[in-house]
Amino acid sequence: MADLSVNFAGIRAPNPFWLASAPPTNSGAQIHRAFEHGWGGAVWKTIGAPVLNISNRYAGLSIAGQRLLAINNVELISDRPLDVNLREIAEIKRLWPDRAVIVSAMVDASPEAWREIVMMIEDTGADGIELNYGCPQGMSERGMGAAVGQVPEMCELNTHWVTSVTRLPVIVKLTPNVTRITEPAHAAIAGGANALSLINTINSVMSVDLDTLQITPNIGGRGTHGGYAGPAVKPIALNMLTELLTDPQVLRSGVPVCGMGGIVTWKDAAEFLLLGAGAVQVCTAAMHYGYRIVEDMIDGLSNWMDDKGFATIADVSGRALPQVSTFGELDLGYQAVARIDPDKCIQCNLCYVACNDTAHQCIDLVAGNGVRVDPGYDVRVNGKAVADTRPTPVVREPDCVGCALCANVCPVDGCITMVSVPGTQQSVSWDALTAQRPEIASSWDAMMAYRAEQGIEIH
Amino acid sequence: MTDHALGDDALSERNHSPDTHDRYDPRFAPTHPPLSAHEATVEAHRCLYCYDAPCIQACPTHIDIPTFIRKIATDNLRGSARTILEANFLGGTCARVCPVEELCEGACVLNAEDKPIAIGRLQRHAVDHVQQRGVPLFQPGPPTGRRVAVVGSGPAGLSVSAELAKLGHAVTLLEKRELGGGLSTYGIIVLREPVEVSLREVEAVRALGVTVETGHELTGKAGLDTLLSEYDAVFLGLGLGAVPAMGIPGEEHLIDGLQYIEDSKLHPERLPHSANVVVIGAGNTAIDAATIARRRGADVTMLYRRTEAEMTAYRHEYEFALSEGIGYRFLTQPVRVVSEDGKVKGVECVKMVLGVPDTGGRPTPRPLPGSEFVVPGDAVIKAIGQEKPALAHELGLDVSGGYIVVNPKMQTSLPRVYAGGDCVRVRGTASTVMAVQDGKYAAAAIHGQLLQHAESHPQEAAHG
Repeated sequence: MADLSVNFAGIRAPNPFWLASAPPTNSGAQIHRAFEHGWGGAVWKTIGAPVLNISNRYAGLSIAGQRLLAINNVELISDRPLDVNLREIAEIKRLWPDRAVIVSAMVDASPEAWREIVMMIEDTGADGIELNYGCPQGMSERGMGAAVGQVPEMCELNTHWVTSVTRLPVIVKLTPNVTRITEPAHAAIAGGANALSLINTINSVMSVDLDTLQITPNIGGRGTHGGYAGPAVKPIALNMLTELLTDPQVLRSGVPVCGMGGIVTWKDAAEFLLLGAGAVQVCTAAMHYGYRIVEDMIDGLSNWMDDKGFATIADVSGRALPQVSTFGELDLGYQAVARIDPDKCIQCNLCYVACNDTAHQCIDLVAGNGVRVDPGYDVRVNGKAVADTRPTPVVREPDCVGCALCANVCPVDGCITMVSVPGTQQSVSWDALTAQRPEIASSWDAMMAYRAEQGIEIH
Repeated sequence: MTDHALGDDALSERNHSPDTHDRYDPRFAPTHPPLSAHEATVEAHRCLYCYDAPCIQACPTHIDIPTFIRKIATDNLRGSARTILEANFLGGTCARVCPVEELCEGACVLNAEDKPIAIGRLQRHAVDHVQQRGVPLFQPGPPTGRRVAVVGSGPAGLSVSAELAKLGHAVTLLEKRELGGGLSTYGIIVLREPVEVSLREVEAVRALGVTVETGHELTGKAGLDTLLSEYDAVFLGLGLGAVPAMGIPGEEHLIDGLQYIEDSKLHPERLPHSANVVVIGAGNTAIDAATIARRRGADVTMLYRRTEAEMTAYRHEYEFALSEGIGYRFLTQPVRVVSEDGKVKGVECVKMVLGVPDTGGRPTPRPLPGSEFVVPGDAVIKAIGQEKPALAHELGLDVSGGYIVVNPKMQTSLPRVYAGGDCVRVRGTASTVMAVQDGKYAAAAIHGQLLQHAESHPQEAAHG
């Protein structure tokens, strides 16, 4: 049985699954219930300046009938009075000493404001503070949230105000609404942050209702941008996590990173861990299904770790990072081709149309007698038996560039695989090649000469 | 999106009928309820949107099935219905009566490892959406000045009429009975297709400018000659006749299976109240008749002189009948209706044994002497096929095996006379959808002939 416990920047928890600062962590009663379900920690919904919320606050993204692939919110920080929150935080920490209780905070950009809230948080007995530099809507207009996170100097200064007055671990939660995620990260580290977390929500307009012509959510006939989160944002979050954990300055600092953004299952969490996260936070999935989902998260991750022989979270964390490269470091000589398993192929021929219309025209339709045929049919022939004489897609391997589009569109698991084959081109990276022969990068004639040398033919 | 399909459709199926609204009988509720909007969306999203999909080819009318399903998935129901009805003007009927297991759904690639897409039910979802709302999808073509008479308003007649009207020809559709729709109106049990669905299709043809004259019967050669003198072309969609006589003693007690089905749709009060019904035959019509009797509470036994293996009914129909609680007696040949004081008591039968295969490859049954026995019953329905169109002979057309001979363009031996549907089809396979396709072929051929004629006789064309 794998040990799922974590020590993240000195914050200990029995497992790496923490609820993110958001509606699921709005009150002591909620977090108490969440902990009963097994969550390893919770980041209390951001406390700070007085706010008024509005209705309605959420818009959902549905694709192909599947609900809530993302959620977009125009909700603000906690609208419960500070003293109520602080009292409940203290109570929860007293009831659940083994769980991570972290308090998210957001106040005006002034040392006094930060000092005051930090003192109050320390008094609750909480395990850490998370600085919310992320909210892209509502608070940013008041100079808080993303307004801080998007300006490295502000990020550093605000962080410094906090770290200079507290003994608690300070996590800086980064906004993804920036061009380079490493810049606010560097600033937070310079400000003394003990850890980073990402991503906060992404600026978004979810949709326009085609019946009412209103932007969703429709707030009394008006709409505004909101924060985008949920399964649909996971690839963006994974990329930003990777950018941080391959950045020399971040690595040198040694600060751990808590990953979040679209984690719905233990598998999502495992991916964040493999790319270097020390713990993970979850929000949208809990909003969709309730706290109960953590049971499978813990169970699934534990079983997977046992299968893979990972004893601790530290064994998992960062295991995939050595593969991360730049384009210039990739092997130009590597060659993969698509192979279609004829026994698994159900002849939907989506690979054929994808390749023929939008890739490299290297899949043929082949009739039972081995002859290549064009699509189409005899209008005089009908009946279910036509399915038995349907042509089968076959890859013309010498012409396949290995783009993998067909493998991605194929609806049958394991039917189309990308197979590594001996390459015709020398094994060399772009960086190495252009270091030796810089003219290849600037002259088409030089490029064509190199291709001729290597026997590379572009179809 | 505004899609009220669920509630409206379910209601209108029952209540908006011009003909059956006051005698809705829950025992005859459609076997498959309409898909709800959510069910349709989920099912549509299951479709892989195959390229050059096998379901398209498997459909005799070659509806672009993945395209119409994609349009359901994108909430484009009007576009979906147009895609269907462009290829098959009787898409509403076909969605209900087509043996989809033998056609589109049977060819679905998802059969390989999953269940196929519910193509028939999705088609019904889209077509009902527009037809129940009366959304016009097609316009008559610019008038060509050419006139075509169509005899018979069953699926073939409606199909050819619609296609010709869209091409701008003036079409008169002649129907001998009181209501249009032919087989769809009179011969398909309500479980599959309520009367109003086929009547909507008649209305859709009328909306294209087709003149529908009911109560107008073509009775002989003189009538055809009159039509040929008044119209540029004639299409015959005559269908088939009644169930043939069995030639057994007590024949007068036998109930015609087709009449039984017709009464169940239009005059249920005329159906006999029977506790124990015997149905002779094992084709799809026999199963339909048996289903009606069963749903009306009778014990039902079907008699067939061959075995399960030779039945002409579709396998899924046979299994449906079994699931309804209908009994079968195979290798059983009726020889006499047993009656007492004018009341039917049962059918005397003889056991059969299978012999050598006939020319069609099916073993010939022969009676086992001395094996007579009686199957008790208070009503006996015969459903052993349909009589060939006797009219075909009288019209002076070439006939083969009782069916009208046509070339691949559906042209008969008379150059301006075309025919399609059951009256030309030796085998009844997938008859409605094949009849629709016959109509399309005939319309294309008639159109071609009329245009050719117009080119060679420009003056005449100009003056219509």
